[in-house]
Amino acid sequence: MLAMEYRGPKRVRAVQKPMPEIKHPQDAIVRVTRTCICGSDLHLYNGNVPDTRVGSTFGHEFVGVVEEVGPDVTKIKVGDQVLVPFNVACGECHFCKQNMFGNCHESNSMATAVGAIFGYSHTAGGFDGGQAEYARVPYANVGPTVIPAGMDPDDAVLLTDVVPTGYQAAEMAGIQQGDTVLVFGAGPVGIMAARCAWLFGAGRVIVLDNVDYRLEFVRDYAPCEVYNFDEIGDPVLFIKKITDWMGADCVIDAVGAEASGDPMQTITGRKLLLQAGSATALHWAINSAKKGGVVSVVGVYGPTDNLVPIGNMMNKGLTMRGNQTSVKRLLPRLIDHVMNGTLNPKAIITHRIPLEEVADGYRMFSAKLDNCIKTVMIPPSANK
Amino acid sequence: MENTIKDYKQIKGWGVDADPKNDPTYPMRNRMNVSQDPDSHSHPTPMQHDDTEVLKSNERPRVTAVYGTTVPPSGLSGMIRRFAFRYSENEYRHWLPLLVADRVNVVEGILEDFSKGTIPNIFAEKGYAVEWKHNRTAFVTKMAAIAAVTAGVVILLSSDSKKNKGSRKIKGYKKGYRGYADTHAL
Repeated sequence: MLAMEYRGPKRVRAVQKPMPEIKHPQDAIVRVTRTCICGSDLHLYNGNVPDTRVGSTFGHEFVGVVEEVGPDVTKIKVGDQVLVPFNVACGECHFCKQNMFGNCHESNSMATAVGAIFGYSHTAGGFDGGQAEYARVPYANVGPTVIPAGMDPDDAVLLTDVVPTGYQAAEMAGIQQGDTVLVFGAGPVGIMAARCAWLFGAGRVIVLDNVDYRLEFVRDYAPCEVYNFDEIGDPVLFIKKITDWMGADCVIDAVGAEASGDPMQTITGRKLLLQAGSATALHWAINSAKKGGVVSVVGVYGPTDNLVPIGNMMNKGLTMRGNQTSVKRLLPRLIDHVMNGTLNPKAIITHRIPLEEVADGYRMFSAKLDNCIKTVMIPPSANK
Repeated sequence: MENTIKDYKQIKGWGVDADPKNDPTYPMRNRMNVSQDPDSHSHPTPMQHDDTEVLKSNERPRVTAVYGTTVPPSGLSGMIRRFAFRYSENEYRHWLPLLVADRVNVVEGILEDFSKGTIPNIFAEKGYAVEWKHNRTAFVTKMAAIAAVTAGVVILLSSDSKKNKGSRKIKGYKKGYRGYADTHAL
């Protein structure tokens, strides 16, 4: 089968690999019909996630058709069109019982600090991902969800990560009616977080980034106020000024380790890997929050350390919340939002390419070329 | 030191200020601590059985019920990864060797390609075609800068190399004589 293959930092290609096999009675094999490149894939692409092995296949956003099921699979059957949450979750462990499907304790042998994620290094379980014609999907009674009749597959594929992650970012921010919500990052997750902030009753939504075409998009899509942080001087001071010198009630870090904007963070975090990525957005988030406010972190950082003003968090009485998204928990609500037109995920898709052009897709997304926001890849056997 | 507290509910004041609403994870989590869980170690059965080598975090008592079998550790990078997994996720001795192993693995990947008679198409793998198409000026500038820096380093190193050769002559290096310079890198 054709699959994306990682060869080293900023080097990927499409190659022929062996077909995945059923390894456990609860496994399923899914023929992938759509798969996306996620912003968090860029941490892998740039070689910043430890234990990212050459030969791995990335991809944790995919939908497809069930081709084969193990003997203990009862919730889906061959031929079903399913969307596959990016978390691998057993549904039975101490954490899954608490709806923490992003923190499953029975899917990742390699680390306890993170649950398993499809195609996201051996630190996240060592499972091949969905940027391929076929994928092995463990615990098929738990994660894969049949796509409702009438739902556009482009919407469905964005329900595997981007939409739930943006929604949970807003949820974790503890937004109360009338609150000012500040979102760092106008990538797909930041865009969705800004959109979802309104669902929780925000009174004002502000997005900061330094990529104009993305700011223009989110300004119209969310809708919200947008500012290019390259043009406003000190971004924290700017936020204080436009919030009556108070700061934002709720701040969302939707950037993570690839942040730009602070040379010291960029050099130590992204170039020299002396920290677990550049923590510019998180640094600014803590300092932009109002006293007593909430900082919600969905930006991905590595497993070691980052330089952030943690003392300010204590002195300002901030609440800091973060997690990998519990996609399965949120799906019923979000499917409703999509089906009744409250949310329109597929509007963020800007590029559609064949899987064979995966290297170009990664470069385009990584370098933000051709006004790229979200790329969907179509494997050659998608329309079999 | 011996710990002897047996029934915490007998402690004076236990729970008088408990507030179930004081939970920042509500409503995202059906909060439950281990003592409230009928079986906090429950897991799907059966366990996956596979001959693939899986490196296990030493913060776990056993491997998980399912696990990924892609790209098992091998070669020099595999040896480094096995070393890293002797240490917990709390230690740099776990994460830094893994990053080193990743870089070693890149070289192994290139050698693997050559061993199979494949010359990796770095230009295509890096997606330079789209940079050329959509970002040509910046791309050409970046490539020129890389070429200039690379050329500078090569010239600098070759210049040092010539100087070192010269210093050997001054010391009276003779053909056939095995001295310090032959057995130790200068």
